Amino acid sequence: MMKPINTARFVFLSRSVNESFARGALAAFLAQADPTVPQLADIKTAVSEAVTNCIVHAYPGGLGVITLTVALYENGLVKITVADKGVGIPDVDRAMEPLFTTGNPEERAGLGFAVMQSFMDGVQVRSKPGKGTKVILKKQLSVKE
Amino acid sequence: MADVAFQSAGEVLMAYLSGEIDHHTAQTLRQRIDETTLRQLPRVLVLDFGGVSFMDSSGVGLILGRQRRMMQLEGKLVVQHPPAAVERMLQLARVAYQKGGQT
Repeated sequence: MMKPINTARFVFLSRSVNESFARGALAAFLAQADPTVPQLADIKTAVSEAVTNCIVHAYPGGLGVITLTVALYENGLVKITVADKGVGIPDVDRAMEPLFTTGNPEERAGLGFAVMQSFMDGVQVRSKPGKGTKVILKKQLSVKE
Repeated sequence: MADVAFQSAGEVLMAYLSGEIDHHTAQTLRQRIDETTLRQLPRVLVLDFGGVSFMDSSGVGLILGRQRRMMQLEGKLVVQHPPAAVERMLQLARVAYQKGGQT
């Protein structure tokens, strides 16, 4: 893979108030790539899901660190990594099934990964129990003339 | 930030949502909607998304949870006025909604 033309990294605690921080920071960085309104909305939504997953699931009973990395490529490709050092996901395939949730089923829809898959061009999840989880999201922005 | 403003007319309780709905803000919205619903016991609870600028799947959880509670109260829930970005989320989650709505 070629080298990105620009990158940024944001490191923050797994406090739910940081969900909007993550979206705002990401949007500010991506402004240079001039995404369309729907493209930016898709990316913000997918990242909100990934960050919320870390906050709800990665550090049960405590706080931990979430690292959000954004890389921008010449052809308009955006690659975003959301990583935690939490408990990990024992069965990634199962966790990615729509409606599957280990959260409170009264209030969590279990749609996080389904939303990421629907709103992005690529979603990869790597997880090791006890070591953490890394979600890699890709979106191809339309290249302007 | 997110907010909700209520308006009551007969047996209908209108909840006008605004701002960004995510896992963080959904917790406060849920509390405020549930408190008002229990106090007023409406037949119909209308969630109006006209002022919502962002919503992730936490908003779907908020809707489904309120729908269950309204069913327990033998009433019903109506979702209306979703802007484009919210509409996509509702379609993905197969949540029924009214494009326009009553005011």
